[in-house]
Amino acid sequence: MALLSKKDRALILDPLADNNPITIQVLGICSALAITAQLKASIVMALSVLFVVSVGNVVISLIRNIIPSKIRIIVQLIVVAALVIIVDQVLKAYAYELSKQLSVFIGLIITNCIIMGRFEAFALANGPWRSFLDGIGNALGYSVILIIVGFFRELLGSGTLLGIQVLGDPITKTGLYAIGYENNGFMLLSPMALIVIGIIIWVQRSRNSKLIEEH
Amino acid sequence: MAKKTDSNLYTFLFAILMVVVVGSILAFVATALKPTITENQRFEKQQNILYAMGVNSNEGDNDVNFIPTDKVGQLFKEYIKKQLVIQGNKVTEDEEAYLIDLAKEEAQAKKAGYEKRLPLFVGEKDGKTYYIVPMRGKGLWDAIWGFMSFDENLVVQGVFFDHKGETPGLGANIKERFFMDDFKGEFILDENQNFASIKVAKGNNDPLNNRKEDNKVDALAGATITGNGVTAMIKNYLRIYLPHLKTLTK
Repeated sequence: MALLSKKDRALILDPLADNNPITIQVLGICSALAITAQLKASIVMALSVLFVVSVGNVVISLIRNIIPSKIRIIVQLIVVAALVIIVDQVLKAYAYELSKQLSVFIGLIITNCIIMGRFEAFALANGPWRSFLDGIGNALGYSVILIIVGFFRELLGSGTLLGIQVLGDPITKTGLYAIGYENNGFMLLSPMALIVIGIIIWVQRSRNSKLIEEH
Repeated sequence: MAKKTDSNLYTFLFAILMVVVVGSILAFVATALKPTITENQRFEKQQNILYAMGVNSNEGDNDVNFIPTDKVGQLFKEYIKKQLVIQGNKVTEDEEAYLIDLAKEEAQAKKAGYEKRLPLFVGEKDGKTYYIVPMRGKGLWDAIWGFMSFDENLVVQGVFFDHKGETPGLGANIKERFFMDDFKGEFILDENQNFASIKVAKGNNDPLNNRKEDNKVDALAGATITGNGVTAMIKNYLRIYLPHLKTLTK
């Protein structure tokens, strides 16, 4: 017997590819541009969003029948804000260096459209378990893109991965730098993240023509 | 019939209850984590100050490694002999001077009648005395700050810079070794012993920074505004500290 039913599996797998929150729904772009200059920051951001969406989805789903519909957006906001503050405090206490690096972007998780989008579109209408899976799925979809973008930007922009020099030393000219390779400083600027995401979208759509909108 | 969750009374009660519940959860989390967070901030300052006087855990040429947090409190006490607080013309000793927040002092100094409190540290390593001053300024996007240590001839012995949100790979490189190490040995006085500060200069024909008496270090390509911010920060703070440094080193 499979661990998850077919429908449940789709909740996790769909957002990874055919319904990816970043490349298909184009949500959560702001943070994808801002914090992906380094792989490490991308991973921590992905984990933080994973925590906030999945737990938030469960909370919203549990109280979905007692939320007054007039103030449901505000209730959703409070849930996100509370979870984000908890993530922020925990990072400050146990990963101080990283929390300094991510600084304002942790706070900005609140405005990440993916989270409010999942609360409104899924958690309000589904049970806690399915909402949890949906949260995990969407966060993973977001994470995959963030990590791909972070990987290329750090590799091409700084010549490092997770802070380790993988292409040689640019100052003493070893490895690739010995034959005249240079880091591309452009990759570290936010517009290049948009271009990398654009390339991912292009590749994805040319492999799967279902995704192309008809006009 | 309208659902019960649509009534105004219900909405109000729900909102009030929600705020109380969420508020208490957050208050609990904040109180529980506060000691660890404050401790982290203390350690960071101690690490930065020690780094500026050359007490660090660097191994490779590009490392910027601080003394580990479990040892830094102890070593800070060992190396830092005196912590002074300068307020106007008054100089006092204060064990907790390193906790002074320059940002807050600057904000308060805008009010009339408040002289900002400025910490100055006297450290000792291998029989040599170091005078360490903090500084704070603006980069391209946000705040930048640092510490700079001098010997008794007012020659720079080491610096530490940090920033809140400079561009990674460009302005953010002010906290990299190759930039910070450039300041070692620089003079802040010109040949006539007048205050000249240290400029982060472009195209100064001295990229390896062999001339230490020229009051210049080589700028970071692509980070002009951050570099200018560093220049301004150093100038602003050294101008205030110089008279005190001169008295101390006499």
